[in-house]
Amino acid sequence: MNKNKQNKESFKMEVRLAGSGGQGLITAGMILAKAAVLTGKLNAVQTQSYGPEARGGASRSDVIISDYEQIYYPKARKLDILLAFNEESYYKYTPLLKGAGILIVDEKYVPEVKEKNAIRFPFITTAKTEIGTPIVANIIAVGFIGGLTGILGKKVLREAVTTSFKEAFRKKNLKALEIGYRVGGKHTERMKFL
Amino acid sequence: MPNKERPALVQGNIACGYGALAAGCSFFGGYPITPSTEIAEFMARELPKRGGKFIQMEDEMGSLAAVIGASIAGAKAMTATSGPGFSLMQEHIGFAYITETPIVVVNVMRGGPSTGLPTMTSQSDTLQAGFGTHGDYYAVAFAPSSVQEVFEYTVKAFNAAEFLQTPVVLLMDETLAHMREKFIYPPTDSIEVINRKKPETPFAWFKRFEMTPDCISDFPAFGDGYRYHITGLVHDPMGFPTAVSSEIVKSAEKLRDKILIHKDRFTYYEKFMTDDAIWLIIAFGTAARSAKQAVIEARHHRMKVGLLQLYTIWPFPDELIAELSRNVEGIVVAEMNMGQLIREVKKACPRKLPILGANRYDGVLITPDEIIHSLKAVHGSKEK
Repeated sequence: MNKNKQNKESFKMEVRLAGSGGQGLITAGMILAKAAVLTGKLNAVQTQSYGPEARGGASRSDVIISDYEQIYYPKARKLDILLAFNEESYYKYTPLLKGAGILIVDEKYVPEVKEKNAIRFPFITTAKTEIGTPIVANIIAVGFIGGLTGILGKKVLREAVTTSFKEAFRKKNLKALEIGYRVGGKHTERMKFL
Repeated sequence: MPNKERPALVQGNIACGYGALAAGCSFFGGYPITPSTEIAEFMARELPKRGGKFIQMEDEMGSLAAVIGASIAGAKAMTATSGPGFSLMQEHIGFAYITETPIVVVNVMRGGPSTGLPTMTSQSDTLQAGFGTHGDYYAVAFAPSSVQEVFEYTVKAFNAAEFLQTPVVLLMDETLAHMREKFIYPPTDSIEVINRKKPETPFAWFKRFEMTPDCISDFPAFGDGYRYHITGLVHDPMGFPTAVSSEIVKSAEKLRDKILIHKDRFTYYEKFMTDDAIWLIIAFGTAARSAKQAVIEARHHRMKVGLLQLYTIWPFPDELIAELSRNVEGIVVAEMNMGQLIREVKKACPRKLPILGANRYDGVLITPDEIIHSLKAVHGSKEK
């Protein structure tokens, strides 16, 4: 995070969520940014990059969360957090991580990770076994990042999830958020550089 | 619709829909196309709730025909499209120019020509927005760079269209259209809404295209009781075709002068750290966000750089460029095309000074580093 020298309170966090189309990473980015805005104190910008395919193909979502009034360049440049849901994203974007940046990968879909301090978690498998569908793996990731960073409280995250899904999908996504938040919260020591 | 009490996360395309409704738009005719589709989806949901009409037409030509018809019937009308659709609409945009019909055409730019890069960003329709249809005319085009500004400039686009009775193009790009950002709905009483000038003359005296001091004529809705003729042919003040030299000249000059007389009123820009700048960046749309970041970073390295962000692209603000160029030693024009606006900047600069482009045309948002690279090049070219 960029600490503003004049004001210790100021920060800017750049997150990239990357994988393949259909994994819900654009939705995940949108929910993170929404939660940040819902705090009333933070500014957030979410951008996306995707191909013409509905499923498959590379897909990614960048989220910048800051307490600066303005976020000019809206894409992530030096990453504080990279979440990789496939190998291609892991190889492509890991070089963009800052020194103290945090790499989070799906343990099953990115099996070989060189970085010893990478956080490995089976997002997609957990979504299947705990909630019965892999499609909520993205919201486990949202919860995970929320719990890990501690910047976004659980309350705003729950509100962001609740207002982003139709009634029929809310319960499963809120459960996914809980699971992610709990597991992510175990890694808060990684945020000491904040 | 947004909660008006609290900041919300809103997508650029949706903010365009909010802006259109705030401006009083009651008709949308369109044909969905990436990356503009969310605007049509939003209007399809919201307009019927308000007594408005949404029509998905058979193609983009039909769409614009419907929009022009709705406007002539008195509605504030719009469409939203992207490059391929914008090309198809050019014929009817020309018809709207010559018939002095207010319409708003949103063009969310993606890579081209042709189908090009449907999901990737671009600013390559910049010249097309100014010169897309045939004939002599002065176009009006605005370009916002944030979600909040999309709202603001959609309202301004309707206001300019209604006031000037002409098509106004709102140029967005894929990055901005799909970007989600903090948005605060402005207080309703702070939103200025302009409506077209309506006639008060007796029916028998009415001339739809009558020459006036400010070149703006009265514009009744079809069905108000006023009779006039509409044609794509060059016409006299009653709207009937003419081949009389003096009437042809008057008709052509009216289309030009109504824009030029009111140019200052509709020229929007922002100067960012230009007061002491000796190097100037000129940019618009999302490229201007990269440029602002570049200004801040270049100033960390003690380069006195400023940004002129253009919100009005057409008519091109030549006088403004001329004025700002007087105090600088070099200019970088940052745009996501092979160099379209840079030609206008060069034309507008009264004296010779290095003017370089910072260009990107691979469908990816130009970065601050790329703009700084061009700044260094323009700096170097001066020292030689």
